[in-house]
Amino acid sequence: MLTRISTYFYQRQRLVLFLLLAPPLLYMLVVYLGSLFSLLINSFYSIDDFSGMLIREFTLKTYGQIFSPANREIFLRTASMALSVTFASALIAFPLAYYIAKFAPPRLKTWLLIGVTIPLWSSYLVRVYAWKLILAKEGILSWFINLLHLNGPLDWLLSFENIGGSSLALSPIGMFIVFVYIWLPYMIIPIQTALERVPGSLVEASGDLGAKPLQTFRTVILPLSFPGVIAGSIFTFSLTMGDFIIPLAIGNSKFFIGQAVYSYQGTGGNVPLAAAMTMGPVVIMIVYLLIARKLGAFDAL
Amino acid sequence: MTNNPSTPAIRFNKVSRHFGDVKAVDEVDLEIINGEFFSMLGPSGSGKTTCLRMIAGFDRPTSGSIYLYGQDVSNLPPYERDVNTVFQDYALFPHMNVGDNVAYGLMIKKVSKAERTKRVDEMLELVQLKGFAGRKPSQLSGGQRQRVALARALINHPKVLLLDEPLGALDLKLRQQMQIELKNIQKQVGITFIFVTHDQEEAITMSDRIAVFNQGKIEQIGSPSQIYERPASTFVAGFVGTSNLIQGEAAKRINGSDQTFSIRPEKIHLGSLGEKNGSDMISLDGVVRDVVYLGLYTRYLVDIDGGGDLIVIQQNLKTTSMDVLSIKGQKVRLSWHKEHMVSIGV
Repeated sequence: MLTRISTYFYQRQRLVLFLLLAPPLLYMLVVYLGSLFSLLINSFYSIDDFSGMLIREFTLKTYGQIFSPANREIFLRTASMALSVTFASALIAFPLAYYIAKFAPPRLKTWLLIGVTIPLWSSYLVRVYAWKLILAKEGILSWFINLLHLNGPLDWLLSFENIGGSSLALSPIGMFIVFVYIWLPYMIIPIQTALERVPGSLVEASGDLGAKPLQTFRTVILPLSFPGVIAGSIFTFSLTMGDFIIPLAIGNSKFFIGQAVYSYQGTGGNVPLAAAMTMGPVVIMIVYLLIARKLGAFDAL
Repeated sequence: MTNNPSTPAIRFNKVSRHFGDVKAVDEVDLEIINGEFFSMLGPSGSGKTTCLRMIAGFDRPTSGSIYLYGQDVSNLPPYERDVNTVFQDYALFPHMNVGDNVAYGLMIKKVSKAERTKRVDEMLELVQLKGFAGRKPSQLSGGQRQRVALARALINHPKVLLLDEPLGALDLKLRQQMQIELKNIQKQVGITFIFVTHDQEEAITMSDRIAVFNQGKIEQIGSPSQIYERPASTFVAGFVGTSNLIQGEAAKRINGSDQTFSIRPEKIHLGSLGEKNGSDMISLDGVVRDVVYLGLYTRYLVDIDGGGDLIVIQQNLKTTSMDVLSIKGQKVRLSWHKEHMVSIGV
């Protein structure tokens, strides 16, 4: 019986292909792209200022509201946070990923990879609130900084208007630390995977041809693992752009895009504006990917 | 620094490389002469590649010293050694085109762009890849990648060129063609070539001298004819070409002494029973157990009367496959010249 079924499918390869691809394609088209499309549609609707009712007519009015000074500042704030988190993650992740991929003995490698991914086993929310306690004025980090007599520099850092605050737990610096912590695995893994695929003989060949380690890094290792950095940065950048929990828990009262969207579609009842604001990160990501492709980041994939 | 021709290009002084308990290279002494084509031949795990990697600087000896034209380079990093390597997997940079790959060493040395382009063109011409500078390595065939790897190494005019089984991935025809070409290029540029291979035919075809490696030690160093005709050990006799090794009781019966000796299968004459031979010949009778027809020649396995067997190879000069296959099971007389026997100290 089983043999007959196998033979039936063996003779109908197209049917097999259809059966395999239909569920994921259906999901992609309807649930994923469909909801994105309805988001796009909604962003071209508007809200009646007086009654608060949804007006289902094409208008660019909602997009106009995005460029109000307050919203512009939200975009700028979120994008610069996403950018700095991405840079910091890449800087921290690369050496570790390089060690894991090229030097760590097999047993240690397994443990390091488990170590990198272990935080993902616990709830994101719990970890964010744990960090809130760590960063609090009476928290362990302040205690430690006190111990090292470094509260002077910390207070100086926190006194800056745009990045500081009353304590680490209520400042953009604290947010930055938590963002980097939360998204770091998403940067390490793609870079490690990319480095894993750079043959050791290429590194040897470069040294053989006279290149010192730094030159080899610049001319061989970095260009060949750059797609991994780009892949990682897509995660860290987009995840930071859309996040609203960390700004809510750690930051000060200044809004990030995610918070703005959350409040517009919830308490504000302005779904079109929320949709329009969401389109912002989508457009930024598309531009980012186009630049990355132009730079040849996907050539080696 | 000019190279004094009498200084060895490479000298190993009691070089060992241990990986944990494994002695990959065990107290090897070696001198490679300026300008020669030198092969390191041996099965995998015999230490030949480790020796090459220590010359290149990818690996460092556990003990002992390596000299490059008299200079102790044992602890210098690869980028401070005047040697270049052609890798087994070619190791071409996939993100650069052929021209940039070949120019890599010059770029590192900050040679001007114009000079680089000129020398790359010369090199690509030498390896018969003129006009390929703009292509990516992925667009080339195995043989072409091989040539690019060679050009990339030679453009730096290294004192010694190291080749790590560079022909291993090519098919037979191409490999034979590349063997001749490599040899020609070596004569043209006059650089010392050190060639690692496990293919004895390849080593014999190309080399001025061969070192046969086994279990981290060198069993024999000599010219291809010395290695083939006068193997110094049972290992060399068995690894380079096919050999009949005769020892103990059988040796005593045939040769009058229990000293082990080897006789090459092609040196044995397979004749009909009762054939008369001169006093400078050894003769013995046996039964053909197996016949393998191989076109150019035929391989026979003959059971000798009194015990033991010998492999015999005869060219099919006048015989057809029908003729040779009909010999199976028949009694024959084997004979060979005494001078073709090589006694071997085990």
